[in-house]
Amino acid sequence: MWVADLVAAYATASGRDIRAVDGVTFDVQEGEVLGIVGESGCGKSTLASLLALVPPRSLQMLGGRFGIDDHVISPETSDRIPREWRGKLVALLPQRAMNSLNPTARIGDFAFDVLRAHESRVTRRQAIERARQRLEQLALPPRVLESYPHQLSGGMRQRVVTVISTLLNPKVLIADEPTSALDVSSQKALVLLLQRLLDEGYISRIIFITHDLPLLSNIADRIAVFYAGKIVEIGPTKQIVDEPQHPYTRALISSTLVPEPRVRCQRLEGLPGAPPDLRMPPPGCRFHPRCRYATDICAREEPPLTADGDDRLVACWWANAQRQNVEGGTHESRAAVGLA
Amino acid sequence: MSLAPQSALLEARELTRVFGQGSQAVRAVDRVSFTVQPGEIVSIVGESGSGKSTLARLLLRLLEPTSGQIFLDGQDITKLRGARALRPYWRRVQGVFQDPFAAFNQFYSVGRVLMKTLDLLDGAKLSREERQDRMETVLRNVGLDPVDVLPKWPHQLSGGQLQRVMIARALMVEPAILIADEATSMLDASLRVTILNLLRDLRDRYRMSILFITHDIGQAYYVSDRILVMYRGELVEQGPVETVLGAPQHPYTRQLMADVPRLHGWGAVSMAEPAGAAIGTGSVVAAPSQGAGHAGLA
Repeated sequence: MWVADLVAAYATASGRDIRAVDGVTFDVQEGEVLGIVGESGCGKSTLASLLALVPPRSLQMLGGRFGIDDHVISPETSDRIPREWRGKLVALLPQRAMNSLNPTARIGDFAFDVLRAHESRVTRRQAIERARQRLEQLALPPRVLESYPHQLSGGMRQRVVTVISTLLNPKVLIADEPTSALDVSSQKALVLLLQRLLDEGYISRIIFITHDLPLLSNIADRIAVFYAGKIVEIGPTKQIVDEPQHPYTRALISSTLVPEPRVRCQRLEGLPGAPPDLRMPPPGCRFHPRCRYATDICAREEPPLTADGDDRLVACWWANAQRQNVEGGTHESRAAVGLA
Repeated sequence: MSLAPQSALLEARELTRVFGQGSQAVRAVDRVSFTVQPGEIVSIVGESGSGKSTLARLLLRLLEPTSGQIFLDGQDITKLRGARALRPYWRRVQGVFQDPFAAFNQFYSVGRVLMKTLDLLDGAKLSREERQDRMETVLRNVGLDPVDVLPKWPHQLSGGQLQRVMIARALMVEPAILIADEATSMLDASLRVTILNLLRDLRDRYRMSILFITHDIGQAYYVSDRILVMYRGELVEQGPVETVLGAPQHPYTRQLMADVPRLHGWGAVSMAEPAGAAIGTGSVVAAPSQGAGHAGLA
């Protein structure tokens, strides 16, 4: 799967577009989990709805294109997407998937609905049988098919929805904050389930969207850091977590609260301010009003995504300057760059 | 009847709440006993459905306990019924809740929300200027600009700002103890730290006690002095944070620690491990069935 220079905006009554996704480019290899992390309001869910081919009505794809295998979606074709692509090509696991079940229907009926939407001749019995096999293969209790949603715990509901929405073996699963409403034990169970779906080949790729960086670092192969509709840093998980380059990534990492003694002894500073209003994003780098390293150029010119090493891209003037210092042989600044 | 020890600000004794009857009965809170000292931050952690929020509602007297007692400054307040009788209690004990978008009347400006809190409690005694002063002070205390925020309506504020207004609202009556029920769960990590720092500052500055209810051990670890672990309605472990999380004794606490995602894998990497307990990366293999088991069919 690849995404090239994707631009999408919400039309507003005031006539000023909200560009929630603004020039986004990345790809996801077969068997890979790409994580997307960012604050609320940064455009993560908008991107998810676009890629999952279920954009809200007010969202307009303005530019760029994206493709899955040889299926390409561009602004011209974005309103004529074949129905069967949804679920088969790409499946969405939304934030409140577990609350999207019909409370008066058994889980088995939901499985039947999903399959019937794509295979008109499938019978209820066949559908439930297929769901049962899949659940058994994933070590989940098949008896949930007889249950009503309220009889299952939140974590179990989320796992069951995950399994059934991937019954058609989609090429890409877009998981949009699938763990936010769960407690830690259910979060872990869901992440392990997703990993298993990938390992068994039921799904080929996952785009995992969340604001929870520690959780993401446990599932993603690569992480893209999203800020105000743009990717500010993208690279292998280990590099992002151990040696974050963009000041925003650093702030995200330094404000994670893990139960380790070092966290308790110090006062974490968090990140002052809020993400910008996307109707009038600040000029230059969109992060500069909140950035402690911001200089004149940051307010004037937008930093391009620049390669840092082989696998990583960073969009930051300050990080660029740091890197050049290092290449120039200044050892102190190499230490500074390495600092999380 | 014995009084609670002099130093305890708030005490729950054998507090129990049962929902439903007969075979359907669920003991949501089951014989829970603990104390909160003045100026202490105590966390209650547990998974969803463990009874944390029911406990919060009992302590705020928004829900009647089935049995057990609540003491404030050594006085049994469990018998107090009705809003009028409970006003003095609510002047000392205030709540902050999870969802800032659901907590406000959409038709009230921030100024009116704050003012209303005073009307309910002891507003009658304050002059107009005093009320205005107090509103401005509490807003500054939570890091908001009164001039900017007071005339605004809830929909004009972000989630983080609303959460701060909710804390400001609670502070209007200068409570002795704040009960924060998942007050930071809906916030972004960066903002969460700011709110947790605010709670720490309030404790340091005013010796306010805070009962911090969360499912997030990381937050509990950062903010609290003591921690209570709740599992299926019961308190299964309690003590100073370092002891409980550093060397968890109860299997559930160990499980909880092993399931917390870290930046470098699951589990308790750098914590002291209790003898014989296999927590840390080793438990990852066993975890899916275990997780599925206890979250399981309700």
